[in-house]
Amino acid sequence: MNETQEWTTIIKPKDKLLAVDFKELWRYRDLYTLFVKRNIITQYKQTVLGPLWFVIQPVLTVIMYMVVFGGIAGIATDDIPQPLFYLSGTCMWHYFSDCLGRTSNTFVSNSGLFGKVYFPRLITPLATVTSNLLRFGIQLGLFVVVYVIYAIQGCTAHLTWYILLFPVLVVMLAGLALGFGILISSMTTKYRDLQILFSFVVSLWMYATPIVYPLSLVKGKMAAGMDLYTIMHLNPVTPVLETFKYGALGAGEFIGWQWLAYSFVFMVVLLAFGVVIFNKTQKSFMDTV
Amino acid sequence: MATAIEFNNVSKQYRLGLVSTRTLSHDLQRWWTINILGKEDPYLKVGSINDRSKKADSEYVWALKNIDFKVEQGDVIGIIGRNGAGKSTLLKILSKVTGPTTGTIKARGRIGSLLEVGTGFHGEMTGRENIYLNGAILGMTKAEIARKLDEIVDFSGCERYIDTPVKRYSSGMTVRLGFAVAAFLEPEILVVDEVLAVGDAEFQKKAIGKMQDVSSTEGRTVLFVSHNMASIQQLCHHGILLKNGMVEMTGEVGDVVDYYLGGMKSVNDFNRSGNGAVRVRDFRLSSGTVTLGEDLEIELDLEAVREADMVDISFDITDELGKQIAHVSNYDDDYHIPHMSVGEKCTVRCRMRNVNFAPGCYNSSIWLGNPYTTYDMVHSCVRFRVTQNETFIHRITPYDRASKVVLQSAWE
Repeated sequence: MNETQEWTTIIKPKDKLLAVDFKELWRYRDLYTLFVKRNIITQYKQTVLGPLWFVIQPVLTVIMYMVVFGGIAGIATDDIPQPLFYLSGTCMWHYFSDCLGRTSNTFVSNSGLFGKVYFPRLITPLATVTSNLLRFGIQLGLFVVVYVIYAIQGCTAHLTWYILLFPVLVVMLAGLALGFGILISSMTTKYRDLQILFSFVVSLWMYATPIVYPLSLVKGKMAAGMDLYTIMHLNPVTPVLETFKYGALGAGEFIGWQWLAYSFVFMVVLLAFGVVIFNKTQKSFMDTV
Repeated sequence: MATAIEFNNVSKQYRLGLVSTRTLSHDLQRWWTINILGKEDPYLKVGSINDRSKKADSEYVWALKNIDFKVEQGDVIGIIGRNGAGKSTLLKILSKVTGPTTGTIKARGRIGSLLEVGTGFHGEMTGRENIYLNGAILGMTKAEIARKLDEIVDFSGCERYIDTPVKRYSSGMTVRLGFAVAAFLEPEILVVDEVLAVGDAEFQKKAIGKMQDVSSTEGRTVLFVSHNMASIQQLCHHGILLKNGMVEMTGEVGDVVDYYLGGMKSVNDFNRSGNGAVRVRDFRLSSGTVTLGEDLEIELDLEAVREADMVDISFDITDELGKQIAHVSNYDDDYHIPHMSVGEKCTVRCRMRNVNFAPGCYNSSIWLGNPYTTYDMVHSCVRFRVTQNETFIHRITPYDRASKVVLQSAWE
């Protein structure tokens, strides 16, 4: 009897559903920092323009939005200069969708490595979400520069106290992306066709989030007998983006603490659920990928 | 001694055919039977044992079935078996890359795997950065790696290029660096899959030496998978023979290897190449053990499948690292087979005189062909052991592993 207590590793077919080994995750924290470093280093090397690409992308996107949504469709931007309005939404959304895109194929794109060595697989998406912050930071820098230029010229955009929530908003965005990402990656190992569906859904998701239009525009609009304004609030990304826009630009009105809390709870539940499913998948995925 | 690893009834099931897409319908059916009808998993009952050569009658196959054994602490276990016997699956389960279908494995201490050297190397990063990354992937902390960095760099012999991106390394250098990182891992249980087959001879010697140190002086447990019987015999104490996913035999490594090779009765059991015009039907060795300085006789049965002019025969003798140490050919004795007509059979006898190899294990392949083409080549099928002979050469201390040839000398 005494002997059995000394076992340090026990490999079983199926662990209990909630047996997520956080201690092990902590033990591998060095791998996490090294993965973050690797992601950053490898993104720069062998590109001529390097981090400049991170700036070019939002600039072109914003120009496109100005032409299509601001110019052709004539959608209002809450009296905020169009470039500022679009840029604020694009920066945040790109961080979200980029994290989601990269984490959602964790298993498939790392199958070579995962097939040979064991380490807590959760390290990989965690590192991805972290290293993407660099790119987000650079794009945010662009936003600040544009903001300063407009502020000198004098415009309606102004900071509000809600900007202090910014760190929380980034954490929520990262948490939501990670939660959805690992959930999707777990599902796509089993049913590969879901991957096509998800990438398509994510591109449509952007239009369900107030990025190219202000949320206030939706007020009072009905769709299929339901209040579109309330439905839009149910999108967990909406409160995050709206709070950022209100905090940074003073655009529209504060969405309300209850919606921000809803988004936060949504993120926590999603993450917990995602981690459990991910943990379950990492044991069997090598046989299915 | 304490038990380091214990396998309890471990089985692993795989699905044949479209493995990559498990269908929704099968999953729903499984869910329905287990949870609604309260019956056993319908897909666990079906499934035949893993025999490559027979067509499976079900979609599911047991890669491992009821594996049950214990490994003592500090032991070096060689796992042998033919391709597809389940060796790699066993190591994969042990290193937690994939989970078992049923059964449990209990182990004492960290399990480090050395499944494929250089896994996780990134070409854009320098050698030094990759040492850190690779070490961390294998479960070391930054501090541990930093402490061992000098030793790792030294062992790999890549000091000059340590700050060069790995994509500029030769493949050999990458392998050296990968092995060096893994060799300085400090798990209590080390899992090694065929890594020693890479790198040049000098590095292989270092690698084998390191593996022996790991078990003998540091008291760690090693599980080693290889197709090279000579290196298995040299490194391991005990052997486990797997056949069709089941344990066929366990015991002293010599016995297990003998049993395994004894089971490979016909030449068809070995890897072969060539156009098949003339084939080796069978071969016999005068004895599996040769006393140093005595003769070794090999008898070959040949059969011509098609007409062939000039049938040359040669043996390439290799040591336990797969390094060639001798080439024996029919030209050596001015013996020739000028022509064989279709269906013609003959028996050739070759006597190798005064075998003066250092005591140890040796392999030889059989080659049939002419200067332009290979008729038949049976890879490392001849296996023999050379034992010390006091009358040939007087020596009390063990032979140095590096020297392969024994020279008689006279001193005054």
